[in-house]
Amino acid sequence: MTGDQDIWIVGAAMTKFGRFPDLDLLDLAADAATSAMRDADTDMSKVGVLTMGNVYEASSNNGQRLQKQIGQTGIPVYNVVNACATGATAVRVAMLSLLGGESDVALAVGVEQMGKMGLLGGAAKGKPAKKEFAPKGRYGSVVKTEGVLGTGLMPGVFAQAGTQYALAHGVTAEQFAKVAQKNHAHSTLNPLAQYRKEFSLEEILAADVISWPNTLPMCCPTGDGASALVLTTGAKLRTLDPDVRRRAVKISASVLTSDPWVAGGQVQPDVNTLTRQAADKAYEQAGISPADLDLVELHDCFATAELVHYDNLRLCEPGGAGDFIDSGAPWRDGRTPVNVSGGLLSKGHPIGATGVANLYEVATHLRGEAGDRQIVGARVGLTHVIGLASACAVHILEARAA
Amino acid sequence: MTGRIPAVDYLALEPEPHLVARVCTACGAEYFDRRNGCARCFGTAFEPRALATEGTVTAFTVVHRAAPGLPAPYTSVVVDLDGGGSVKANLLGTNDPAAIMASTKVRLTTFVAGVDDDGVEAIAFAFEQIGGVA
Repeated sequence: MTGDQDIWIVGAAMTKFGRFPDLDLLDLAADAATSAMRDADTDMSKVGVLTMGNVYEASSNNGQRLQKQIGQTGIPVYNVVNACATGATAVRVAMLSLLGGESDVALAVGVEQMGKMGLLGGAAKGKPAKKEFAPKGRYGSVVKTEGVLGTGLMPGVFAQAGTQYALAHGVTAEQFAKVAQKNHAHSTLNPLAQYRKEFSLEEILAADVISWPNTLPMCCPTGDGASALVLTTGAKLRTLDPDVRRRAVKISASVLTSDPWVAGGQVQPDVNTLTRQAADKAYEQAGISPADLDLVELHDCFATAELVHYDNLRLCEPGGAGDFIDSGAPWRDGRTPVNVSGGLLSKGHPIGATGVANLYEVATHLRGEAGDRQIVGARVGLTHVIGLASACAVHILEARAA
Repeated sequence: MTGRIPAVDYLALEPEPHLVARVCTACGAEYFDRRNGCARCFGTAFEPRALATEGTVTAFTVVHRAAPGLPAPYTSVVVDLDGGGSVKANLLGTNDPAAIMASTKVRLTTFVAGVDDDGVEAIAFAFEQIGGVA
């Protein structure tokens, strides 16, 4: 059924993720945006609002800069930054514009040109001429605290999220490593993935430790890429070409959360509560249960993260994430395929693009157009992103009823 | 000038090293940073509270690839202190995940984290396993 207030994806595209030193942010965004409009059989003359998600060049008004490459039509532009949920937030802002009646066709773009940034989360500062201890900042610190008072680097934060779960529920390093084994194996079927190399469990466990239990293949790479969606309202969809309607994918739930206060959450970020709250609300909005999901694209920035999110997204029994990966359930031929794209671990994680690209992935499966990696007969899928600060977005998509 | 200064202002060095939380007088939520208000109940009054020096490791990682210029490996732990307060610091004495998982009771200790050009030592806190390394 096409309710007037439903929002539909009618165009979806992403660039290959990887390292493209000769392309700038606008090249990547223009590629994804024009591909998504072509996919929707539309162009900038029909688009009523543009939302743009980007993190590392967020103060550059990239939405307007993109318009100057693909079409300046005077429409409202929203530039969005929201940690690793930036792309998903751009999609959500586009939805709010449609639901608010500002427009009836929206273009949402996520893009990042990162290059080889290395470890994220530990910004280096220049040294003053004379070293004289004086308390600075909100903790009155006199030295840089990374490595002195534990770690706040991304691999370490998500490793600690994993070991917290492991200490409570008995997960092993091998079980965490199986997540990476799965996602790298999945990526071999995805021509858009940054890496497409399979690793054995032994290779993953024996690889360089970055932040235990995460070894190198258990950490996502930095990289470049873009993704874009064209969205429209149910009312508008009824007026579009039958081929566009046939391939339309319904956004059955769209939820954005931030991290609520929990004891200790300002010391070690709590990636669980906001994900649980987003997931529960999304299942309620869509009127489905986790058992109804044909595929899930979740935020596996590190292998430890994917494992705890099995539990946070209610894909497994409470405390049972280790058994869930052991059972093979999240493999592409399992009960609830997770990250059949290769996930962030192998497909890549150009930060601003990620939360759009996972919607592209699920929509492509629901349209039956995912090629070698197609989950046959997929009708319902979920996407999840979380970024530290924190922000979490969960979307549930449904194929158009035949 | 020589002397000692805490690496962070929530570490008290006297009479024995311990941590001091800023506690919301309305709801009891504990914080370590300068506050504008309480993130839990929106109260704006805080009082200092000395925290226990022993606790339990609830999460950890062993960092092998560190930020440029930092020696590695080092172990980061999240510790729930007895009687309240959750804090992150280094664990001294072991970088072995199996040993950390086998014995999660720890106590606060201190170490010199740096010396400035006047010879002042920055004293940081860390934890060590109670009863030594398992």
